[in-house]
Amino acid sequence: MKTLAVLSGKGGTGKTTVANALIRLAGAKAYADCDVETPNLHLLSGAPPLREVFDYHGMDKAFIDDSLCTRCGLCEKHCRFHAVKREKRVYLIDSAACEGCGVCEYVCPADAITMRPSKDGEVCLHQNKDTFVTARLRPGAATSGLLVTDVKERLETRTKEPMAILDGPAGIGCPVIATLARVAMALLVAEPSVSGIGDLKRMAATAQGFGIPLAIIVNKHDMNASRTREIRRYANEEGLFFAGMIPYDKRVVEALDKGGSILDVPGKTSRAVRKVGGTVLREFDKETKMDESTTKKHGPQRKEG
Amino acid sequence: MNIAVLSGKGGAGKTFVAVNLTMVVPHALYVDADVEEPDGRFFFPADNLEAKDVTVGVPVVDPHLCTGCRKCVDFCRFHALSFINGAVRTFPKLCHACGGCMLVCPEGAITECRKPVGRIRAGRYFDHRLLFGELIPGEQTGVPVIEELLADIGEVEHAIIDCPPGAGCPVTACVQATDYCLVVMEPTRFGVHDFIATERLLKTLGKPYGVILNKSTSASTPGGQYCIDNALPVLARIPYDPAIASIHSEGKLVVEENEAQGHNFIDLRERLQKEVGR
Repeated sequence: MKTLAVLSGKGGTGKTTVANALIRLAGAKAYADCDVETPNLHLLSGAPPLREVFDYHGMDKAFIDDSLCTRCGLCEKHCRFHAVKREKRVYLIDSAACEGCGVCEYVCPADAITMRPSKDGEVCLHQNKDTFVTARLRPGAATSGLLVTDVKERLETRTKEPMAILDGPAGIGCPVIATLARVAMALLVAEPSVSGIGDLKRMAATAQGFGIPLAIIVNKHDMNASRTREIRRYANEEGLFFAGMIPYDKRVVEALDKGGSILDVPGKTSRAVRKVGGTVLREFDKETKMDESTTKKHGPQRKEG
Repeated sequence: MNIAVLSGKGGAGKTFVAVNLTMVVPHALYVDADVEEPDGRFFFPADNLEAKDVTVGVPVVDPHLCTGCRKCVDFCRFHALSFINGAVRTFPKLCHACGGCMLVCPEGAITECRKPVGRIRAGRYFDHRLLFGELIPGEQTGVPVIEELLADIGEVEHAIIDCPPGAGCPVTACVQATDYCLVVMEPTRFGVHDFIATERLLKTLGKPYGVILNKSTSASTPGGQYCIDNALPVLARIPYDPAIASIHSEGKLVVEENEAQGHNFIDLRERLQKEVGR
């Protein structure tokens, strides 16, 4: 399966809005929301009905059996995540801080500590003629990258579609790196502001580190014309594909609040989105054909935590 | 008072609120803890920044001492070590620096070296101390940078902490060190949905919180309605205004450029002091 990931670095630039439009324009039958901490794609119309919900288990968590504990304190001494707390004479695990490394279990001379599976969220499979996978991470859980990997694997095993579109999370950390794994191309949605440009560059550096081809679009380009030009120049200098621009339009917020799409906003906005979307999808076709002929360019192959 | 400025949704206006709020709280420390995408530095033209690296320990295997027993490989739950062609190979990007491999190695063949994952820059702007945290692109987690940024936060009189988006471990790391959380909500349907994830996190951690409604495009929004329905304290409202967006997009401080917003942020400070004092 060839995948296109929509990312941005900075939050709120319009990843979900653009991903939803691309899914419609491409007639994509397979897509996923990789923003597992704050997913939104399921709120927009056209999401297939919920079929199945799977429990997601992240890393195991330590558990101390107080009846076996000899109060030696070795677990507290060796835990580098400050996850072992002592309350009066009882040792307890702070499960929000526990990363599940298993060091405390190893050092405990009384075998009082066991590592137990912990439910860190859910993966939701929506399906009719389309296959859509989304997820919910338990707030505060530390394994969002693993959950992203789980979402992508479910999508790949539940459909034989040749192409898929992924709506990505903000930032550049583990959930983004897990989203980038093995994608054929990433589309970066940029915002014309000093913050937007700073974040775009960090996002591009992260994706380039994995050798992933990039395309850039500017959303809300008329908010700041000179910063939009700066993004264009940056794309040129870096040899990144510049696919076009989308204007700011108050009516987009109203359409999305009703569960609609940016494509439902009549006039110049939806025209711009159609044009930019077409350009992105043609570039994606080119990249995936090149990819087949050279069989190189893979993202990180290992599972990311 | 230590205030975490956060929001589940990205682009809601965390940095906007945090940098402008800092300016109206005398001597407040500003901390940019959104280490994946740090933008606070664009708003404070501070030079002479002092920089230091943030490092984590990663394993180094001495091939002369290693007997190939694979105990380290079997122990590591993060798959940061593997046994390939008769030797242990390490994957520092997957390492959580738990130290387990060194403990289990019977030959003492594993030691730890320090690897930089980010840096912290310190500076000043008028009477404000500034701390900017930054993750190196390609690194998995900014939590070590956040922990170092906030290590001494308890000793600071007033601190404003600019947090990352989402509701995962980097946010938890920020919020744990603070007295009060100021949640910036974009009052759209997406904004409300992500606010609920933040709320669940804050309830789990037992932190008090209030709301700022930012970028309201009309009087009745899904976000405004959510706050009424749930009786949430709304400490400030900022309308969507292209003039504000344009000042902020150029890296300028709105409280210095727009009088009405200057007053708005001073009112916010007063409301916050009352809320934190409760």
